[in-house]
Amino acid sequence: MQPTHRSSRILLPAKSWFAYLSLLVALGLSYIPTGLAPGVPDWVALVLAFWSIREPLRVGMGAGFVFGLLVDIGHGAAMGQHALAYVVLCYLASSVSRRVLWFPPAQQALQMFPLLLLVQVMMVLVRLLAGAEFPGWWYFLASVTSAALWVPLNYLLLLPQYRPVDRDENRPI
Amino acid sequence: MSLVGHQSPPIFKQGPTPLLRLFVLVSVCLVMLVADLKFRYLEVVRQALSVATWPLQMAAAAPVDFARNAAVYFATLVEVQQDNADLRNRELEAAQRLLRFEQIEEENRRLRGLLEMRASVAVKSVAAEILYDAPDPFSRKVILNRGSQQGVEGGMAVVNEQGMIGQVTRVYPVQAEVTLLTDKDQAVPVQVARNGLRGVLAGAGQGRLELRFTLSGADVRVGDRLVTSGLDGLFLAGLPVADVVSVDREAQTFAVIVCEPVAGVERTTQVLLLGRAEFPPPRPVPAAQPEARAGRKG
Repeated sequence: MQPTHRSSRILLPAKSWFAYLSLLVALGLSYIPTGLAPGVPDWVALVLAFWSIREPLRVGMGAGFVFGLLVDIGHGAAMGQHALAYVVLCYLASSVSRRVLWFPPAQQALQMFPLLLLVQVMMVLVRLLAGAEFPGWWYFLASVTSAALWVPLNYLLLLPQYRPVDRDENRPI
Repeated sequence: MSLVGHQSPPIFKQGPTPLLRLFVLVSVCLVMLVADLKFRYLEVVRQALSVATWPLQMAAAAPVDFARNAAVYFATLVEVQQDNADLRNRELEAAQRLLRFEQIEEENRRLRGLLEMRASVAVKSVAAEILYDAPDPFSRKVILNRGSQQGVEGGMAVVNEQGMIGQVTRVYPVQAEVTLLTDKDQAVPVQVARNGLRGVLAGAGQGRLELRFTLSGADVRVGDRLVTSGLDGLFLAGLPVADVVSVDREAQTFAVIVCEPVAGVERTTQVLLLGRAEFPPPRPVPAAQPEARAGRKG
């Protein structure tokens, strides 16, 4: 079956301040001290991926770099570790954006999973090369929970762009 | 700006291509990683940026603090009474040791005076509480609720009532980051309490420690207590650190000596930070250096 845009609603243009506000909120969520509990979603990666797909001309690798550095500082991780992974994530997400948008949100989540997993694999590789200890396989649970959150997050971040529904029988769309 | 994989006519000014931007940013990240992990050049940048993220971090930690305080508030009366009784017993035990300690210290001071030895180092201490584990899963670090404003300094030893648990590695204005003994990069100069044999203790993963670079013929037995040697000029000498669990002399030149920390490194909340109030005199200049200087003059 050919995927279509039929199920999508017509959207208002996204506001830049809303994009950056959502990134800041995601940064705040990632700063919540959850300790070493496995499966804590990577909020900043999710929101960056969302905006790289929806608004690739506004939010891109520059934002990925800056927010990656801020996450590195908050987490006490190596400087540049998250930044590197997020820059690559933004590049890949914006390069697949026009394909991913044809699919309904649940299938978008399936396509986002490899990207989110790649973010974690890159960070593990960087730290293992620098001589750190392998954090265990539970570490990768985070990209599963992140991908599972794609659908609700997609809806939440699209809410300000939705137009009120007014059905008109005489209008084609 | 232009889209990834999207070719548009070059008549419009678009700035660098996405691939070029990716290349530049990835190179910057790699340079930063090497500068931070290998050479520790970026601590100043980290401190400066951490001031900017400070309000957000505080806001994020607030709900967790609230939950923890609520848990303490609802602790049952029976538990508190039990705790109180235990603490009274322990205080009694400590009191009689303390009485003797004062007398012994006085005696020690007089004897040192007689022998014309340097007075033992003055100690600086700060009490602190562990707030939470640092979220970086690649290292074993915790965050304390005391920082440079309360007199915490980098390099202080962190101990609980049983022994050493780690070392302060980064100091923020009102928080500090402690690297636990079990971290792979954390090394502590120690000596065997029984015979004074010196060595370097480092994390080995899975909550274990390893006494590195000790010859297989060395006199180390299972059950030996390892204490800090104070040779690094940072730690006080004699803090209990670990017990030897197993010794394998079948390996090559160096024995494989596995140790277990004395203190419950990953389970403690109240800690004391110990540091030297004054730093030891600078190390003597190596003999070769004056000659080199003289050579340059001549």
